[in-house]
Amino acid sequence: MIATGNHAVAYGVKAARAEIIAAYPITPQTQIIEKLSEFIEKGEMRAKFLRVESEHSAMAACIGASACGARAFTATSSQGLLYMSEMVFWAGLGSFPVVMAVVTRTLAPPWSIWNEHTDMLSQRDAGWILIMCESVQEAYDAAIQAFRIAEDRRVRQPVMFGLDAFSLSHTSERLDLIGQEEVEAFLPAPEGDWKVIDVQDPTTYGNMAGPERMMEIRHSIMERLRGSASVIEETASEFSRISGREQAGLVEEYRTSGAEVILVVAGAASGDAKDAADALRDEGVRAGVARLRVIRPFPAERIRAAVQGCRAVAVVDRDYSFGSGGIIGREVASATGIKPFSYIAGIGGCDLSVTDFAGIARDAISRAESGEEGREIWWGIKGSQGPSP
Amino acid sequence: MFLEIRLHGRGGQGIVTAAEMIAEAAIVEGFYAQSIPLFGAERRGAPVSASTRISESRIRRHSQVRQPQIVAICDPLLLYMKEVFDGVPDGAVLVVNHKQEPQLEGSRVALIDATGIAVGNGLVSAGWAILSTVIFGAISKVTGVISKGTVLKVIYSRWKGEVAEKNLRAAASGYDGVKTW
Repeated sequence: MIATGNHAVAYGVKAARAEIIAAYPITPQTQIIEKLSEFIEKGEMRAKFLRVESEHSAMAACIGASACGARAFTATSSQGLLYMSEMVFWAGLGSFPVVMAVVTRTLAPPWSIWNEHTDMLSQRDAGWILIMCESVQEAYDAAIQAFRIAEDRRVRQPVMFGLDAFSLSHTSERLDLIGQEEVEAFLPAPEGDWKVIDVQDPTTYGNMAGPERMMEIRHSIMERLRGSASVIEETASEFSRISGREQAGLVEEYRTSGAEVILVVAGAASGDAKDAADALRDEGVRAGVARLRVIRPFPAERIRAAVQGCRAVAVVDRDYSFGSGGIIGREVASATGIKPFSYIAGIGGCDLSVTDFAGIARDAISRAESGEEGREIWWGIKGSQGPSP
Repeated sequence: MFLEIRLHGRGGQGIVTAAEMIAEAAIVEGFYAQSIPLFGAERRGAPVSASTRISESRIRRHSQVRQPQIVAICDPLLLYMKEVFDGVPDGAVLVVNHKQEPQLEGSRVALIDATGIAVGNGLVSAGWAILSTVIFGAISKVTGVISKGTVLKVIYSRWKGEVAEKNLRAAASGYDGVKTW
């Protein structure tokens, strides 16, 4: 079949048998919840759809449902995610295994509906696992895996998975669904044993905790997130088996062996980076790609191993932290101890093509060869602000 | 085989749907395919574009199509827009919705009166001719890899009854009415 990234998410959530969907529409995410409400209306999916008045309420409802042991899902984007942010932290710090799809979109002002990753990455400290999808197929695959990771006893933390606005959300590609029996064997009905609210036995939850308890509570979340790395890898390998499609766990390495330059990327443009690596290899430039599928927990060791021994590391960020730099670039620097060439590109929906990635790789090599230290480069910026690539 | 197609039209003509149906048909033919809408101001009448890629191997890239080998121009006035010809290489096929053949150097022009066909089949909504199925038929023929049977099959999977019949006739006219090389 053929489907958009948004519809692929809806098919995944349907296969995962989410029981509560609470959501508020926002471009470019709306197709996800429209499709889910269609499934429910037609009787193809047994779930309760809650039409709430805001994203803040959407996440609050998901937390409430999850607290009662239900499998809860929502989807949002950009301004909606920021409006939801208080509850995003509540879900993460409360260890509720909620799953959310984020269609990554530029934050305003100026108003924009186009692609950028800053919205999702702004929530990176909320105690959630962050997954980035590369293709329509991966959006479906991630939706199913997300529930299993979130609900795993060793994790019990929420998972958000991102898909790039339009270049995944509205792009149609071939989609292969997995048989429902296989999905159910992989992801059984929710046990709900994470439930903390019982209407027959009322208690309060989220009450005041003094300084004498807080450090220990935060420490336990740190341990869950840290431990989730092996669960994510294990889940990906099990999913590879049932789907027959090789799944990337934390990091996907593409032609990194013997590479002189490695592009570190995340999201839908990763495929363009791989095509660029192929083209460069054909021209005798030993290029490779390390694709971050997971951004939280940050796979520091995997990235360190991937870029080891290569002459130039080019991190491409479709996001920015003002006063610091490219968010992933900073993380890679901290994880590897090297100063990468940190490219800021594709901001506000600027297209990132195979030609761009090939140009970035060549630029990084020539900078490294001339002995330049890692630095920040705004790729493709117009005017006198940046070096012309 | 790696084929890139770009469609230019106006909001409301069914350009995005046409791009999707071309991708769907290519998948039915056993290829990998992808359709990418270029979203902007979603207004009826505003210039819009959408692209399709068809390949023998898995398509990994998600950037916009920049050097299309086939371009559909669904409104003759768009022939005056520079963007329509951006990156179009020499020898590309231009499928032009017009009654008369425009003079365009360096390209091969396949003329199709898509508006006439759509109106003739009653495919009109709010005063706008819906060109999606005519263009789908015409482009499918030009690709050389999509059979007429597959075009009709894709239409049957989307519509039923009288609507399906109208669209089938429109797509068949598009398929048969366009010249190829």
